[in-house]
Amino acid sequence: MAEKDSKDTSRRSFLHDGLWGISMAALGSLAGFAFSRTAKEKTVWQIDPYKCTCCGKCTTECVLALSAVKCVHVYAMCGYCELCTGYFDPDPHELDTGAENQLCPTGAIIRTFIEDPYYSYAIDEDLCNGCGKCVKGCNAFGNGSLFLQIRHNLCVNCNKCAIAAACPSQAIKKVPADEPYILKQVG
Amino acid sequence: MRRKDLLMTILGVILCLTAIAAGQTRRFPPPDFQSGYEMPTTETPPPDADFYEYIAVAVLAAALGVGTYFIFVKRSRKYAWALMIFSLAFFGFWRMGCVCPIGATQNMAVSMFDPGYAVPITVLIIFLLPLALSLFHGRVFCGTVCPLGAIQDVVLLKPLSVPFWLESSLRLLGYLYLGLALVLAITGAGFIICQYDPFVSFFRLSGNFGVLAIGGAFLIMGVFIGRPYCRFLCPYGILLRQLSRLSKWKVKISPDECVKCRLCEDSCPFGAIRKPTGEASSEELAARKKILAVLILLFPFIVLAGGFGGSQISGLLSRSHHDVRLADRIYLEESGQVEGTTDESEAFRGTGESIESLYELSAEIQAEFSRGSWILGGFIGLVIGGTLIKHTIRRNSDEYLADAGDCLACGRCFEYCPRERLRLSKLQEDKQVLYG
Repeated sequence: MAEKDSKDTSRRSFLHDGLWGISMAALGSLAGFAFSRTAKEKTVWQIDPYKCTCCGKCTTECVLALSAVKCVHVYAMCGYCELCTGYFDPDPHELDTGAENQLCPTGAIIRTFIEDPYYSYAIDEDLCNGCGKCVKGCNAFGNGSLFLQIRHNLCVNCNKCAIAAACPSQAIKKVPADEPYILKQVG
Repeated sequence: MRRKDLLMTILGVILCLTAIAAGQTRRFPPPDFQSGYEMPTTETPPPDADFYEYIAVAVLAAALGVGTYFIFVKRSRKYAWALMIFSLAFFGFWRMGCVCPIGATQNMAVSMFDPGYAVPITVLIIFLLPLALSLFHGRVFCGTVCPLGAIQDVVLLKPLSVPFWLESSLRLLGYLYLGLALVLAITGAGFIICQYDPFVSFFRLSGNFGVLAIGGAFLIMGVFIGRPYCRFLCPYGILLRQLSRLSKWKVKISPDECVKCRLCEDSCPFGAIRKPTGEASSEELAARKKILAVLILLFPFIVLAGGFGGSQISGLLSRSHHDVRLADRIYLEESGQVEGTTDESEAFRGTGESIESLYELSAEIQAEFSRGSWILGGFIGLVIGGTLIKHTIRRNSDEYLADAGDCLACGRCFEYCPRERLRLSKLQEDKQVLYG
């Protein structure tokens, strides 16, 4: 009986050790294989402005209370129009900074007089919620100098971007961290 | 007011015409400023340096080491608890729970099947460290380091015991969740472990209502049922459980020998303590042998049945993929079965890609899903068959043991053991002798 027991134990421990070795080897080869494919540089999420359709999901899908997506402005592309279709409601009462005339629901665009007849438009990122209403307006009738980007001082770089999962045009992709923005080009 | 309306309309028409004529080129040339105005440049704040991620990896390695020391050498719940709170603060609230090894499972799966997908080295290490440790010291990660475990551990106030059969059955959910997450990650449908992570929205102190509600439900449940997510759902816990069963050193309730005093019997809120079994009667053994023989014969059929069952939900599963849903929608719109468009279908039509290629892509993805759901179903069959066989084989033991797979290495049972108390008082005496 005792002999049978010890046989049992040694068989069990042999099985145990064998499985342990196999698991170790499996983990090792998994590590090796994955290591051969590891990214050398960090990546971050970014919106491709040429794919973005300004659906408004960036405002609601981001895991942050106030979305990390903001409107950015490439000034070199801007026409500095007095009647900016990114700034003004399609049917404004007056061409002034009254809230009822503005397209932006949070009043995040700062309009400043430069010289006759030019006005500059800047984004207050603390107010911007990334809804893209101004982007739509600017794309429709303007130069398209306003567009949405993920701001990396705010983005928490989730393993899977919640906005990317919901984006109807699949415009959000991973980009190298040393070139973290896709800015529109003049032209 | 009317005049302005008219002006706007005329302007709009002119703009539209020029836009059509010029395509997407610039409609208004940049002004030639006379006032000396300088154009500002667009600010591009950079992301955090990689540095923080390496810190997180280093802290993870250190925490695993310290946790092992607290559980295996110090055998102290108090120290383990302190480490757990630190981990909750650091990995949970400071690092905001992301990236965690649980979610990293999906990245690893994608990288196995997609040569174009690269896993960051930090994610690879975060995924592997707890698994490697589990082959030596069991689930120290679960008990002392995992922030998702920690947040459930702190709310556990009135633990109720879950019957063994229920516990075993509910655990299947974890296997199902793991299999589903892998299939959805590999096919490119999404990362459901991250999307439905119940606690990450608490760590970030923001989140949508659905996820907050799931998290809240888990925490309320967690007051009475010890760590429900860890025990019944956590997909990474499944991997740790299997590897821990082989671990070199296992958590022991008694520091030396079990005196079978039964004091620890109800100390584990996670149902991980196994009572001594005693010797089995020969009738019982014979009966078990018969059941085992039947089960082994049935085993291939259970796996096949699982696979077949899985294949039946392939169509449903594939609808979780964006492109398959889009192709469905476009088909409905094209064939006139629905009115209007969605954001998705409009965006697709805006790209100018051909509908045929979308249908082809969708068919390819659905074929992948069909293979994947056979494998998923077969895997579930395998788990069910394996669980039945495992419960049929009788393991004799003559002491109270922490089940190596179930034990989360929290250290709660230690202080219930009189042998442990003896050990501690001896330590105390030795200290007095040494230091007066």
